[in-house]
This record gives sequence, C-alpha cells and structure tokens, in this order.
Amino acid sequence: MLNSAPIFKKEIGSYFLSPIAYVVITMFLILSGYFFYSTVAYYSLISLQAMQNPYMVSGLNLTEGLISPFFANIGIIAMLIIPMLTMRLFAEEKKSGTVELLFTYPLRDLDILMGKFFAASVVYLVPIAVTLIYVFFIRSLTELPFGPVLAGYLGLILMGEAFIALGIFISSTTENQIIAAIITFGLLLLLWVIGWAANFTGPLFGKILNELSLVRHFESFSKGVIDIKDVVFYLLFTFYCLFLTCRVIESKRWRG
Amino acid sequence: MIEIQNLTKRYGHIKAVENISFTVQKGEILGFLGPNGAGKTTTMRVLTGYFPPTDGKVKVAGYDITEKPLEVKKRIGYLPENVALYKDMRVIDYLKFVGRVKGIKKSPKLKQQVSNVIELCGIGDMQKRIIGKLSKGYRQRVGLAQALLGDPEVLILDEPTVGLDPKQIVEIRKLIKELGGERTIILSTHILPEVQMICERVIIINDGKIAAIDTPDNLNRQLSKQLVVLMEIEGDPQKIVSTLENVDGVIEVKQKRKGKVKQYEVITRPEKDIRRDLAQAVFENQLGLYELKTVEMSLEEIFLKLVTQEEHHA
Repeated sequence: MLNSAPIFKKEIGSYFLSPIAYVVITMFLILSGYFFYSTVAYYSLISLQAMQNPYMVSGLNLTEGLISPFFANIGIIAMLIIPMLTMRLFAEEKKSGTVELLFTYPLRDLDILMGKFFAASVVYLVPIAVTLIYVFFIRSLTELPFGPVLAGYLGLILMGEAFIALGIFISSTTENQIIAAIITFGLLLLLWVIGWAANFTGPLFGKILNELSLVRHFESFSKGVIDIKDVVFYLLFTFYCLFLTCRVIESKRWRG
Repeated sequence: MIEIQNLTKRYGHIKAVENISFTVQKGEILGFLGPNGAGKTTTMRVLTGYFPPTDGKVKVAGYDITEKPLEVKKRIGYLPENVALYKDMRVIDYLKFVGRVKGIKKSPKLKQQVSNVIELCGIGDMQKRIIGKLSKGYRQRVGLAQALLGDPEVLILDEPTVGLDPKQIVEIRKLIKELGGERTIILSTHILPEVQMICERVIIINDGKIAAIDTPDNLNRQLSKQLVVLMEIEGDPQKIVSTLENVDGVIEVKQKRKGKVKQYEVITRPEKDIRRDLAQAVFENQLGLYELKTVEMSLEEIFLKLVTQEEHHA
C-alpha cells in the first residue's frame, strides 16, 4: 500500500502556505485568459469576414479555429509553468538538509515520490480546472461539441503529468532549484520542438524524432482525437521519469 | 537492542567508518565520543537507515537495516546534528506531519501524542510559531520532539545539546536521562562532562575506529590515575628514552616533538611523585634538561590521549 498521504498533505501545504501556488496559478490564468481572448477575437473576426464571403464558411470550424489553438496555447503555458512547480520538490529538501530526516522516517522512496508528484499535479490541475470557465463561456454563445473539449482536457492532464514527472526527476538530480527549473524547461522545450528536425534527418530517424515530440502527441488531443498511441506515450513517459527518480534517490543514498 | 557487526562505510575512496562492532542493551544510554570527522555521524546515519553500510551488519530490535529498513525506521527516533526542519511550517503542523509519517493515523491519538511531546520538550509557547522564526535552541527542541513522536524504542541523538543555553542544556540532559530506562539511547557529543552525567557506557571513536568502550567511571579510573610528566631534554633520543624508562615508577615514555630539544611524555604510576628521580637520572647521564612539568589528566585529556594513541598506532 502506498503511504503517500502525509507527504502529499505537507507538500500541498507548502505550495499553498507560500506564495508559490498563488503566483503560479495567477500567471497561468492571466496567460491563458489572454490567449483565450485573442483566439476568440481572431475567430470572431474571421467569422465576420466569412459572413461577407460565403465561400469561407465551409472552411470555418469551431474545433479547428478555436478549440485546437486554445488547447495548444494552454499546453505551452503548462510547459512554462510546470518547471517552476517541480523545481523545489527534491532540490529544496536536499539544499536545506531536510532530506536527512525525511529519509529516516518509515516511508519508502516511492511513498515520498508519489506524495510529491500528486501534490504538484493538484497545483497544476487547479488552473486547468478554472479554464473550464472559458469553455462554459463559449457554450453560452454557441453550440460547442463536447467530444473535442473532453479530449483536449484529457490531453492536458496526461501531458501535464508527463511534464511534472520529468520536472521531479530533474529536481532529484540537483540541489539547486534554479538549475532544476532551467534544465526541466530546456528539456521540455527541446522535446516540444524535436519534431522540427524530422524533415531533414531521413525517414527512419525522422520518424523516431517525430514520435518523441511532446507536441505531436498532443496535437491529436487538441483536435479532439483520443489515440491510444498518444495516451500510452504520455503514460510511459510519466512512469519512466518517475522510475528514474526512484533510482536517483536510491543511488544518492548508496553514495551517501 | 542494537547490534553492529564489522560496520564499514566508505564515501568513494574515503573511509568514514572502519570495521566497527558493538552492541547496545535495551534501556541503555550509550555515549558516542570523538573528535570532528571521527565517524560518529556516519555511524548514526547508517543506524537510522539514512544510507546503507558499505559492509557489515546492523540490527535494530532484531531487524536487519538493509533487509527490513521500514521495521527499523519505525522503531527509531532520530535527531540529526544540524536539525533541518521545514522552515515554512508551524511547529504544531510540523509535529502533526511527522506523527502521520510515523504512522499515527487516528486524529485523537495523534493530537494527544503531539501535545505530549510538546509538553515534554517545553515548546508549548512556541507551537503556533513558524519554525523558521524560532531560535536555535527551540529548533533543537522541536527536533527532539519530532524524534520522540511515535514513541520509538530507540533514540539516536546527534549532539543534542549543541546550541542550547546552559539552562536548556541542563533541562535536555535531565530529559534524556528520564527517557532512558524504557528507551535505548545513543547520543553523540564532544562535551565530556555530558557523557559522565548521562551515559552508562561510552564509545570513544576516532578516525573511523573504536578507541575504547567502557563505562565513564572505568575510563576515568583507568587513565586519570596516571601521572604524566612532560620533559624537554636535549640529546640522543634513544639514550634519553632508555634512561627515563629505567627510572623506577615509569610506565611509558613517548617522544612528542622533533627538533634539537625534544619533548617527552613520561607516564608514571600515580603512587609516587618521581619528578625528582627523573631529573636526577637526566643529570647523571649528562643530558640537558630544559623543562619538567606535570600534566593533569582530566577526562578531556583521557579522551585526547586515547585519540592520539590511536594515531600513534596507525
């Protein structure tokens, strides 16, 4: 049985007792609000033009014109924000020395890791949940297909968890929070755009790069498609990073 | 209660602790004495399961630390040397967190245990404060309080009185003494009177090895009854040593300082003051005596002596 509840509670406490959670959530909402506003404004501009030009109407599609860019934008914000959430999880404990007591309590490494992982997930999911307001706002104006929205949110959750797992892994390798944040962000950005190189690197290697790309697997979600391949990709990515973190914690102990 | 067999801990190529063996009985208070970097903290960290031993066996309450770390950790309360606590938490919230981590699930029981340790450690007035804002002494007490939570059978306290004011030191020592009896306690320190006051047995550890294990009284008796005379003599060292050793009542002669005028430590039996005989022997052999003085052996010096003896052997 996983005994993560005390750690989870403590981590949630330190997120919400310090300004971190509020700053992260506020920035997330400001950015997503701005992105949402500009997407909607752009879409309504195009709609106005379409009213004068009947040929354009057939190309006008709520999913492609509004929902898909909306989710893609939130994905980018998540990439910016999540390193700030995860950077402290292990690095801070190591720097301040609190690991010493933590690792002598009757907890397994996995209990500690999952407690931290779930706590960061909750802080990430709060602003994601708040963005539902935008969805209801659109729904009050027009008929919104629910399928693509659900798929988009599922994608955001899966991708966010993968980001968090990577962030925790990096945080476990250093005691400097800034280094943890920068490396996490750098890796996320690299994995985000790694598909760009696919065009120049030959068919096989290009395909591998494409499959590694974080954004490519997210694209189908944001278009409203739940592909089992993408779900598995994010889950595996998450598990693999968490597994690596466990190994890092373990090896740090052996080395003293 | 605690069994350590041939414990060795290496950090890369650096040996921190080498081949240490000892056992601690249930209810015993054991003092760990040694200079900085001797391996006290390393031994304690292995005992608490913070890191595994490189070699050797460590058993607490019959459980092997590498095979059943959780069972061992459940039975140990640990106060680290630099008490690093979560600075942004309030004392009471922190203690509740530790209680939950240690498996006290039920709310009334948790509350009761937490208020027990708060009272025991005298931090009642501070329980609503943020830990980061507490003074060193109070943080130390919070550290002790978290170690006591969960009613562990074994307490491992790494320099528990460092940073406390004299009044607090007396209180904490009294508390530790009271806690012994039911609990097995290992505490490290480099304050010798502390060992004499609290501990039933002492392990002197130096350079990663055990230099002596005994009761504080025995250690005192064994070594403090010797009289040490420090002499500075010019001349051929071999001749000097043999001359001094021939004087009746001399146990051991050790050469301390190199140079033209060498310093010798002469350990003599306490029954008779032989300073006069020593001086006479030096004159008779036509050696140049520069200085002669006695050295009082306090427990501090016994400790130093044991520690330096080890170095001579090495």
